[in-house]
Amino acid sequence: MKKYWHVINIGIQNTLVYRINFLFRASFALIPLIATIYLWRAVFASKKGDPSIVGYSLAGMISYYLLVTIVDAFTAVNEDDWQIAADIKDGNINQFLLKPIDYLWYRLCLFFAGRAIYVVAAAVPVGLFVFFHREYFVLPADLPTLAIFVLSITMTALLQFFMSYTMAMLAFWVLEVSTFIFILFAFEYIAGGHLFPLDILPPLVAKLLNFTPFPYQMFFPVGIYLGRITGAELWQGMFIQASWLLIFYGLARTIWNRGIRRYTAVGG
Amino acid sequence: MFKKFCRYLEIYAALWRNSVIREMGFKSNFVLWIFVEMLWFVLQISFIAVIYQHTDRIASWSKWEVVLLVGVSHLVQQLFSAFVFTNVIQLSELVRTGKLDFMLLLPINTRFLVSFRQVDLGGFVNSASALVVIIYSAVQLHAVPTFLQCLIFPVFVLAAMITHYSLMLILASSSFITVRAQGIVWGYYNLFNISRLPDAVFRGFFKAFFTFGIPMLLVANVPAKLILQRLSSPGQALLLMLMAFICFSVSELVWRASLRRYTSASS
Repeated sequence: MKKYWHVINIGIQNTLVYRINFLFRASFALIPLIATIYLWRAVFASKKGDPSIVGYSLAGMISYYLLVTIVDAFTAVNEDDWQIAADIKDGNINQFLLKPIDYLWYRLCLFFAGRAIYVVAAAVPVGLFVFFHREYFVLPADLPTLAIFVLSITMTALLQFFMSYTMAMLAFWVLEVSTFIFILFAFEYIAGGHLFPLDILPPLVAKLLNFTPFPYQMFFPVGIYLGRITGAELWQGMFIQASWLLIFYGLARTIWNRGIRRYTAVGG
Repeated sequence: MFKKFCRYLEIYAALWRNSVIREMGFKSNFVLWIFVEMLWFVLQISFIAVIYQHTDRIASWSKWEVVLLVGVSHLVQQLFSAFVFTNVIQLSELVRTGKLDFMLLLPINTRFLVSFRQVDLGGFVNSASALVVIIYSAVQLHAVPTFLQCLIFPVFVLAAMITHYSLMLILASSSFITVRAQGIVWGYYNLFNISRLPDAVFRGFFKAFFTFGIPMLLVANVPAKLILQRLSSPGQALLLMLMAFICFSVSELVWRASLRRYTSASS
């Protein structure tokens, strides 16, 4: 286990180089967020009679986006998928085939290291932003909710990572994986709940989406935090999230093993 | 002057030819990128559709008016990426690796070469899909632009493209100072998100900043309002023209100042 601590350590030192980059990225990402909040303000302002949308008040809607920003900082895959694909394409994984270190765990350690630095770098702009909107920032209802949220957000981070890792494995077969990564990202963006809370969709669509992995990449933990997902729905969701996590872990392993078989170690 | 113009036109034709040859080398990739852009376009429109399930007006804009605006924003963005985006994105890499040296040595305006080296053909296909959406929503709204408006529309779109291009070049020029500016340049992508929303949604400092500072609320709103007959006075249209001119002038100054700082790398 000790060697993986070294990997995390190295990962932290490597990503520290990008701290300013992260700061810029986190700050820039706030601009569309502000725009979305303005948009919802206008939507709520034009609904004179009924001041809520499927149970969301304006304040509830804004808290939703604040939480999306926070969960995103903790769980989003940054450039890991590109790097993994590049490692495969350029033959950098050769050394991992020889060393007693597992590439998947190695990348996972780097992912955690990257997230840790990102959270620290983003803390300033995101913290200021949340502070500015503090009237909309709510705490979870009780301690068990918080505990389940933490568990769920951990699974979200792992799910994000394993999905991206699986996607990057395509680099064994195709030269350019960026289009596939963008396609996956588009689905994650809309069906995951980045753009709007999924429960404002028609109920049937929302229900069907719950069986896909996407809501568990964002909407599900946020919904738990805000107390919109409770009771049987909560446990069912946790079960589906855990299942998708296992499925993508299995896929990541299987596809890696298949890919290695046809890998020709270019460059070397 | 005219001779010089013809020479640049000839060079540009050669660059086009190269781009076509390069793209055709990766046909499946070319098609996939078009698919990715379409997917994101559909995604933006679905967002609008979802919101309008719960309301029928956003700051006095109806559903099809906003869809038309999203279409115009996409049209500007895609034409912009067809002509310049890929090139400006690469500037930081040219500076980092010192490849800019070769371009400085060529007997041609460096800014021209850096900005127009490659053409992204997929951008034209995506612009066409944006046009389809614009026309379809105009039909839904029974908005029939006059002949004059049809002539002015491309002028507005061009002004919007010049604005995007100038702002992007200013951002990319920061790579002369920080070398690794790619992150900053990608950050510009976030700004496109603002341009597809009706300007009436915004208030206060945010609105002022994105109108008079970084004119994101003009680039798509003004051409869209022209078709929607929402331009009551020529004020906003003139402002778009003025901002395009100012952005372009500033970008030229920044570009020259940055080139003076260029120290080349390696070699």
